[in-house]
Amino acid sequence: MVTEAVPGRRPGGGKQQDDASPKSVGRRGVHLLRLLTRDKVGLVGLVIVVLMIAAAALAPLIAPYDPTAMSDQRLAPPGGDFPLGADEAGRDLLSRALYGARTSLTVSLIVVTCAGFFGVLLGLLAGFYRGVLDAIITPATDIMFSFPTLLLALAVVAARGPGTENLVLALVIVFIPSFARIVRGTAMSVRREPYVESGQAVGLSNTRLILKYILPNSVAPIAVQFTTSIAYAILIEASLGYLGLGVQPPQPSWGSMLSNGKSFMELSIWPSVVPGVCIMIAVLGFNLLGDTLRDVLDPRLRGRSSR
Amino acid sequence: MLRITLIRLVSVIPVLLGISVISFLVIRMIPGDVISSIMGQDFGDPAIEAEMRRYFGLDMPVYEQFLRWLGALLQGDLGTSMRTGQPVLEEIMQRFPSTLLLAVSALLVSILISIPLGVLSATKRNGLLDASTRVASLIGLSLPNFWLGILLVYIFSVSLGWLPSQGAGEGEGFLGSLKYLILPSVTLGASLAAISMRMTRSSMLEVLNQDYVRTARAKGLGERGVMVRHALRNSLIPVVTVLGIQAGALLGGTVIVEQVFAWPGLGTMVIRGISQRDYPVVQGTLLFLAFFYVVVNLLVDLLYTYLDPRLRSGH
Repeated sequence: MVTEAVPGRRPGGGKQQDDASPKSVGRRGVHLLRLLTRDKVGLVGLVIVVLMIAAAALAPLIAPYDPTAMSDQRLAPPGGDFPLGADEAGRDLLSRALYGARTSLTVSLIVVTCAGFFGVLLGLLAGFYRGVLDAIITPATDIMFSFPTLLLALAVVAARGPGTENLVLALVIVFIPSFARIVRGTAMSVRREPYVESGQAVGLSNTRLILKYILPNSVAPIAVQFTTSIAYAILIEASLGYLGLGVQPPQPSWGSMLSNGKSFMELSIWPSVVPGVCIMIAVLGFNLLGDTLRDVLDPRLRGRSSR
Repeated sequence: MLRITLIRLVSVIPVLLGISVISFLVIRMIPGDVISSIMGQDFGDPAIEAEMRRYFGLDMPVYEQFLRWLGALLQGDLGTSMRTGQPVLEEIMQRFPSTLLLAVSALLVSILISIPLGVLSATKRNGLLDASTRVASLIGLSLPNFWLGILLVYIFSVSLGWLPSQGAGEGEGFLGSLKYLILPSVTLGASLAAISMRMTRSSMLEVLNQDYVRTARAKGLGERGVMVRHALRNSLIPVVTVLGIQAGALLGGTVIVEQVFAWPGLGTMVIRGISQRDYPVVQGTLLFLAFFYVVVNLLVDLLYTYLDPRLRSGH
């Protein structure tokens, strides 16, 4: 889902301006998908991401139990009634893990989409118009960068209190600067290209210049940033959940499952293993996909046999 | 060199000011305000509320509150804990050495793992070692450090019973407390190692393709000499930068890893502050950590300039 949205939004293609006909858009999408799947690492990443999206979307259909339903089989080992065992309240770990994927992915997608939107907007304003806007936006993002990511998120959650909405707010704030910085860079360099100047010369409005030239040229770095940011958002969501500051119980989240699991580690290790493996695989999947996207979308790296 | 140092020093001022504003705003962002948040439903007496508001200076306009707060800050006054009445700075100073100890030993662990592996991986490119270290570093990048911590506790404390898992072992002497340091610093160091190993490998690969390496080989210098005298030295520059950037990850990481191991540092302090709604504690600790982070980055920047003569000419 995520990956296919990327090539579709590439009118005219990344750094090359050769074939901009609408017909080529679909072909480019297929081409990108082929490049991605040809790379073994990229394929693994893509498969993990697709599986995770499927697990999250289909959780209510495929989960064997209600994720909050308790039973008297506390800390039951895997096998038996519960495929991956049960937690301290006798809840099915598999079902909780599936619903945890739903929580994690929903939060990450909302966060990164919002942050991407505002970040891109700020980056375009700063990089294209420069001047006063740039003088305000760039130092502001620099200062936010100088706050360690997790501490910034903690600060927001500390003030607003734990909970899903505040978690999302905190993460959006944390993720805006990296998008703004990347887009500002491309906007500044593309703005000086001859085709932008000629567009300006024939009287295209600034909005059209941005939509027609600046934005399409930023799509590749944005796509890469989007994918790797999701990986990072999953990690931070889990971290805050572990600290008890994220999504609140009884809604299942991998981070809070881990912190519960840790308390009963001496009795059963499964409640600590299942959510941890889920986080690791999910983050790995988005990281691999992001890495491969970077290689595939950057024409300078395309010739290189990287792996 | 002096000029660049001065420029860098001056450029830090707006950043510090920005951090102060953010930290100040943390308290402003509380829905309602601090007083109603602390008192909750327990107190309903408006007179007491007004009195407390005046006591904490919340009846003044926001800009005046900020200036007062900043003034106090410049005198090293971070306020007092709303729970214990202790000055916040005092507790920070008590706990900071623990966090610093953990961070430094984690950094050491990560350097000890990442630099040798990164160099070997680059020199024996595409070999078995290269492949396995790269897979390991990818997994390390995706592994949440608190989970790694939990697994290590399970293996080394719960199952094997070799190492303690909670606290810093105060009053157990040097060797005794060293045992407490092992698991947290390996946990924190391993995730850092994953990043810096990748960086060492790629920058080593880049350096190995440079003309001066070819020249060194051509003049008959042994492979060891080429590696140590030419390649490694030059490839360390980007690694130093990455280590600097990681200072942030390190500080964020300590917050969580300290929580896993009940380490008596600033991380557990800030989390306790959040759960007790002790805002001056949260504000002061975050501010302190962010300042520390900026200072570390500044030092790394200067070190970088020192290591790379091209930057020294003023860029």
